[in-house]
Amino acid sequence: MSSKKIRILVAKPGLDGHDRGARVVARALRDAGFEVIYTGLHQTPEQVAETALQEDVDVVGLSILSGAHMTLVPRIKKMLLENGMSDVLLVVGGIIPEDDAEELIEGGSADRVFTPGDPLDKITGYISSRFE
Amino acid sequence: MQQLVSELLNGNRRAAARLISLVENDDPQKRELLREIYPHTGNAYVIGVTGAPGSGKSSLVDWLLKELRRDALTVGVIAVDPTSPFSGGAILGDRIRMQDHAMDQDIFIRSMGTRGSLGGLSRATREAIQVLDAFGKDIILIETVGVGQSEVDIVRTADSTLVVLTPAGGDSVQTIKAGIMEIADIFVVNKSDLPGAERTATEINMMLDMKSDAPWRPPVVPTVSVANEGIEELWKSVQDHRRYMEESGRLIDVRRERVSRELTEQVEYLVKSHIWAQVKEEIKLDDLVGKIVNREQDPYSAAGELLETIDFYGKDT
Repeated sequence: MSSKKIRILVAKPGLDGHDRGARVVARALRDAGFEVIYTGLHQTPEQVAETALQEDVDVVGLSILSGAHMTLVPRIKKMLLENGMSDVLLVVGGIIPEDDAEELIEGGSADRVFTPGDPLDKITGYISSRFE
Repeated sequence: MQQLVSELLNGNRRAAARLISLVENDDPQKRELLREIYPHTGNAYVIGVTGAPGSGKSSLVDWLLKELRRDALTVGVIAVDPTSPFSGGAILGDRIRMQDHAMDQDIFIRSMGTRGSLGGLSRATREAIQVLDAFGKDIILIETVGVGQSEVDIVRTADSTLVVLTPAGGDSVQTIKAGIMEIADIFVVNKSDLPGAERTATEINMMLDMKSDAPWRPPVVPTVSVANEGIEELWKSVQDHRRYMEESGRLIDVRRERVSRELTEQVEYLVKSHIWAQVKEEIKLDDLVGKIVNREQDPYSAAGELLETIDFYGKDT
């Protein structure tokens, strides 16, 4: 009778003010049957990690268009680990150069990076596949 | 599992979050967990905030949190948003307005999807309240989904219910309709800087004055949540109502009614699961359905016959 639903925090850390992309992705995740917690703009890494903890999410999705991803992503990953949330999937979306994406994934900060041009079902499909 | 509960009682936020997930997901251990938690509940005061979509519930909760923290009260917030009837997914966006409190260790905010429940709360809101109550929160604020006229589960859940209205919400007949207009302990006319606010307040007051013998006459509080106007008065009204509930003995009565309802529901739940466990084991439900569809039998006597085969006192009772 257990009815587990995958919960995803969609967060915008840092100082960019553009959340159209995050909203479109949030909507697509909703339509794919996920529970999406959306927290709005200008989140500090501390706020993202604390929200992930209180909401007990399975996935943290970070939308970053400011160029600060190499600082923000590892910091948030570190705080999630400090909170004992090592099993949380961390996914990044935004304008991320290929080399940076590789570095984030190889360094263990991100599980996957999506960039402009990636279709929405690639994102929802990836997350679904990780919880089969 | 016991460890998770003792961590909760020690104030571990991760344990609180995990436990809410377990009850929300109908985990097989849910009943056992709630049983362990129950002796530690009953100390929190529950305040419900309900009203139409976009009426400003989340912003009011945000400002109320500031008042509550000024009084050094610890708070749990449960914010409910609708689950899609089509995909089962949800956008839970109430936290957007509450971000100032994200790092306050004495505030714990949890968003929940309705997951099929139609009364304005989610299926597991009451259980989540128990978790936050045992967690030691002084006040638990419940924000319902945006409601229309008849989603009134909150009144059976909260000790004080705030109904948030906005100006220009229809003519004065709306104020005497049954449902949401009956459940308020406090009316809030939010966005009171907009035209028509005074008229809305007057119409609510006129409706309230039609019934002069009520022991508690709900106040009508104008607020402008974006400008932090009227919030102090609102918090004062909530405190007045709480005092009334405690001093009149009404709080004990409503909590007793609530326990009685919950007990009934639990018994019904156990009976139901007991029956269906056996029906699924022993009876070919499909055959019966076929007979009823073919008009060989009617559903009323079929149900009676089915029940006669249930062993109420045997094996796993």
